[in-house]
Amino acid sequence: MRMSRIVRTAADILFPAILIFGLYIVAHGHLTPGGGFQGGAVIATGGALVIVAFSYKEVTEWLSKNVLMGQEVTGLVGFIGVGLLALAFGQVFFFNYLANSGSLFGIPVPYGINAGELNTAGVIPLMNFAVGIEVWGGLTIVILYLLSGLEKEGC
Amino acid sequence: MKKMLVVGTSLLILAAFFGVMAMTFSFGSPKMTDMDDYFLKNGQEQTGSNNECTAVVFDFRGFDTLGESTVLFCAIIGVALMFRKMQGGEEYEDE
Amino acid sequence: MLWNLPFITVVVLTFIGLVTVLLKKNIIKILLGINILESAVNLFIVALGYRVGGVAPIFTLAPSELMVLPTPQALVLTSIVIGVATSALVLSFAMVLQKKYGTVDIDKIRRLNG
Repeated sequence: MRMSRIVRTAADILFPAILIFGLYIVAHGHLTPGGGFQGGAVIATGGALVIVAFSYKEVTEWLSKNVLMGQEVTGLVGFIGVGLLALAFGQVFFFNYLANSGSLFGIPVPYGINAGELNTAGVIPLMNFAVGIEVWGGLTIVILYLLSGLEKEGC
Repeated sequence: MKKMLVVGTSLLILAAFFGVMAMTFSFGSPKMTDMDDYFLKNGQEQTGSNNECTAVVFDFRGFDTLGESTVLFCAIIGVALMFRKMQGGEEYEDE
Repeated sequence: MLWNLPFITVVVLTFIGLVTVLLKKNIIKILLGINILESAVNLFIVALGYRVGGVAPIFTLAPSELMVLPTPQALVLTSIVIGVATSALVLSFAMVLQKKYGTVDIDKIRRLNG
């Protein structure tokens, strides 16, 4: 059932902030604590807030399940594709072919304690994005399916 | 009565085993650290990332992460399969 | 004896989880016992890799150069995600069982229906 006007307004204001914070945790996975799985779980929690504040009947009108399933599949296929692309460079499966190389994410890192730079770690940020998108789509679709099995729509 | 006896005896044996383990393990000085010393010394230069945990999860042990992503994907497919609607309006096949 | 406190906590949590799984009759309570067991095992693996006076194994603005071991933390990351997958599947089973049998008591769900 729909919650009151205060709860709906608060959910509308909070969801973009939660989304940007979760994407920050995913993108800086090689510099600060975090990574793909943790950031994806944070964004799925924001999605659960929106689903609870607006009732389930309204949310299924503009959030289709096929799009979320496609998002989850894209995440897993992207993760395997980044690993298979190393075979085209002549190395083994899952080799880090972009680290210390000078192209996309490849600046070498000085040894020891330093302040951290975003452009550095090679294949690892691409893998972080793929896993973050997979966990976001997967956990949101589990919440939607568990809500669709309830009988009387008073809950 | 017999079930309580079996459960009680097995819990007593487990209690002895775990009690010995809790008393004799030393907390704060791990015994064999050769692999982790290599990861901490050479990880920053070979992978180029500042975070050693992420370097171990995604670069040195990438196969475990591939297996874990596949397990999560299969579990979500299983949840989606339990709530299907067949044609004719009936739910949860074999009705 | 108090310097071993993480391992004693592991033993207490294992016993609580094991007694709940073996002796309760409701599916939801058995699922909570499985979750407690999983937390005990994860705590044990992380507590094995601690060095006295060490900091987190991250080189960005670290306070010192003595770090804890990073490999057990990688294994525990995988284990937590598998626990989430198991819990989601058991919850969906419980919903379908309640719709077909009318109850979630495992003593009354005996025969295959249909």
